[in-house]
Amino acid sequence: MSHRFKDFEHLLRMAAMFAVGLGLFAVARGLLVPEDFGVWGHYRAGALDDNRQRPLVHAGAAACGECHDDVAASRAGGGHETIRCEACHGPLARHAAEPSDQAPALPDGGTICLRCHLPAMAKPAGFSQVEPDDHAGGEPCDVCHAAHAPRLEGT
Amino acid sequence: MEVATLLSQVEGFMYPNEVELQWSVLIVLYPFITGLVAGAFILASLERVFKVEEVRPTYRLALLTALAFLLVAPLPLQLHLGHPERSFEMYLTPHTTSAMAMFGFVYLWYLMAVLVVEIWLDYRRDIVLQARSQTGALRFIYRAMALGSDNISPRSLEIDDRVGRFVTIVGIPSAFLLHGYVGFIFGSVKANPWWSTPMMPVVFLFSAMVSGIALVLLLYMLVSWVRRTAIDMRCLDTVARYLFYAFLIDFSLELLDLVHRIYEADESFKSLDFMVKTRLFGSQILLQIIVGTLVPLGLLALAQLVRLGDRARKALYAVAGVLTLIGIFAMRWNVVIGGQLFSKSFLGYTVYKMGFATREGLLPAILLMVLPFVILALLIRLLPPWPEPAPPRDPA
Amino acid sequence: MPTDRREFLIGSGRVLLIASGAAAGALKWVLAGAPEQAPGYDVEGHWWAMAIDIGRCIGCGNCVRACKAENDVPLEPLYFRTWVERYQLPEGDTDRPHVDSPNGGYDGFPERDEPGAGSKDFFVPKLCNQCAHSPCVQVCPVGATFVSPDGVVLVDTTYCLGCRYCVQACPYGSRFIDPRSQTVDKCTLCYHRITRGLTTACCEVCPTGARALGDLKNPSDPIHGFLREHAVHVLKPQMATGAKVFYAGLDGSVR
Repeated sequence: MSHRFKDFEHLLRMAAMFAVGLGLFAVARGLLVPEDFGVWGHYRAGALDDNRQRPLVHAGAAACGECHDDVAASRAGGGHETIRCEACHGPLARHAAEPSDQAPALPDGGTICLRCHLPAMAKPAGFSQVEPDDHAGGEPCDVCHAAHAPRLEGT
Repeated sequence: MEVATLLSQVEGFMYPNEVELQWSVLIVLYPFITGLVAGAFILASLERVFKVEEVRPTYRLALLTALAFLLVAPLPLQLHLGHPERSFEMYLTPHTTSAMAMFGFVYLWYLMAVLVVEIWLDYRRDIVLQARSQTGALRFIYRAMALGSDNISPRSLEIDDRVGRFVTIVGIPSAFLLHGYVGFIFGSVKANPWWSTPMMPVVFLFSAMVSGIALVLLLYMLVSWVRRTAIDMRCLDTVARYLFYAFLIDFSLELLDLVHRIYEADESFKSLDFMVKTRLFGSQILLQIIVGTLVPLGLLALAQLVRLGDRARKALYAVAGVLTLIGIFAMRWNVVIGGQLFSKSFLGYTVYKMGFATREGLLPAILLMVLPFVILALLIRLLPPWPEPAPPRDPA
Repeated sequence: MPTDRREFLIGSGRVLLIASGAAAGALKWVLAGAPEQAPGYDVEGHWWAMAIDIGRCIGCGNCVRACKAENDVPLEPLYFRTWVERYQLPEGDTDRPHVDSPNGGYDGFPERDEPGAGSKDFFVPKLCNQCAHSPCVQVCPVGATFVSPDGVVLVDTTYCLGCRYCVQACPYGSRFIDPRSQTVDKCTLCYHRITRGLTTACCEVCPTGARALGDLKNPSDPIHGFLREHAVHVLKPQMATGAKVFYAGLDGSVR
């Protein structure tokens, strides 16, 4: 080794070590960073697809209408026409995909109505709230009201 | 903790996702440890850069202390992460808007380019001498540490000294950055009014200096006692004096923050005030302020104002040092845990139940606090901080 | 001369064969890129938001149940992608509302005894506000959470470290750590549904139309009318998060 460098040769060795470290880091980075990282922003573009791939649990009212087209007609003017099917019938994607496979249990017509219509102070004043004991002597709701079209004649 | 029990201890209203704390005692440990590192390093740089000769006896000890604690610093974080095996992602794809990501580089810079280099340059002569005189595995270790170099000529040592001084000069803002950044990690979270203040990095930094200086003070006394060597009282008094100054500044800053909060009394104030007076009373009022700040400040002031004998001063410094460390730990606790006890709706409070032998419980926290001392003991064996009484067999 | 013509015919026949093969391949390649056969969702053609009408929410909890079912959210009362809060303000006092959210509203709300005469009561559905200038995205150290080109704040669960910094940074408490995967989870605006032309699970089952998905980039989307016709608020506007969940009829006491 040249005499000139003798006295700080150790510093050069240290610098070389740092250089090697940086080099290894650059290589690791090239190998390990996912290829689609940074395409749309500071994230892996594949994550967009990952989020899209989840299975459906709710089918959506349009899917129900494909087979149960009669129901839509029966609901017209009955008061519940804007409520979509799964609001009361629960998640039905599996049934929509394979109708024969799973016949979903119908909700209990006597109690499901209370979920929305039981009186509560925080509910909006214009929303129809009914205390069953005062209203129908404790009778189940479906004795008088059809769930799909609950509005009674003359009301 | 049982979900039902946890919910039953919620007072008022919390957003449902807020009930369980996100950051545990391990995240309290982390700023405490990095604070000790920054403080110990600042003390070391007092001698190297600011020529405060009196503290020379603590110089190497302070550097080794900083290294021992810095090596342990990432461990509480790793234990806390949901996926520690992915932590390298912070180096591969750091999000430049994230203080946490940039901190990874600050840490690496400080460890490799500052602390390790400075220690290496200061110790190089001793390392080479050991490499020449040792045998077996130890010889290999020392040769590796010397990077295979054997040159300890006066010229090379002079170069080391100048480069080392430069590294220390660069190291001072690096140490400020190291712990200031941790403060910024909290201080930049606008969602949390207990954390969000521009003063956070500054408060963290000064409390770091206080804790680091107190630690080196205590270690110096302990190590001297173990080795049965006399304590250099001029050194000890100077260290204590710098501890006192740093503490005064730290206390003023925290007092300013408090007064400002009380005066402005913004939307979060009532909620925070109530929290401090109830759930945080023990750790904040009693432990951090009274036991951990006012008492040690008083003791240190006493030592400055009243003429006391050596024994009295040593006892005073020891007590003040221990209380200081407790107080600074309490401060970290109150920031991290306290910041999560209240709801961001300002309408409620939750509780922190620390497990014991769980991944983020008290036991790992204790072990992580013991580990740096074990490492320090090893470092002291390998790189003794004090000059040997007799010159080595083979001078340069 | 006949040889030349034959050679020419054979030569051009070969060329034609190769060319038609290449043309068929090229046509197939072009058709594969055509909109009808490609996955039909243009990620830059939407800017998703949500409209919530406080005056219509009845606190039935359908949305909370549907969301947990749709997105496989743990059922414990500590993890919610969406939840409903009930506000009950004593007469004339907006400073200390009584707020509760029993199990996030999953089972509806048990009636509180005597909220007091003259009290003002209402429900507030909450969810991730899909902030355009999201503080949670800002603090993520690795890029595991991000704002998608169509305005939804999503999580890359294969990349998330579980450091919980984003949970701390969210001013609304919308994020949580899924205890099973130890990564962060939050409302994704049912990204898997809205990119298929369906609406979110919560909007699907809302019986009163209190919640409605909106696409701000679609000029005929009802959200434009909603924003025009109501006095509209976002939560914590002082945080300047660019929140995209717009509330009509939001009382000043709502946190």
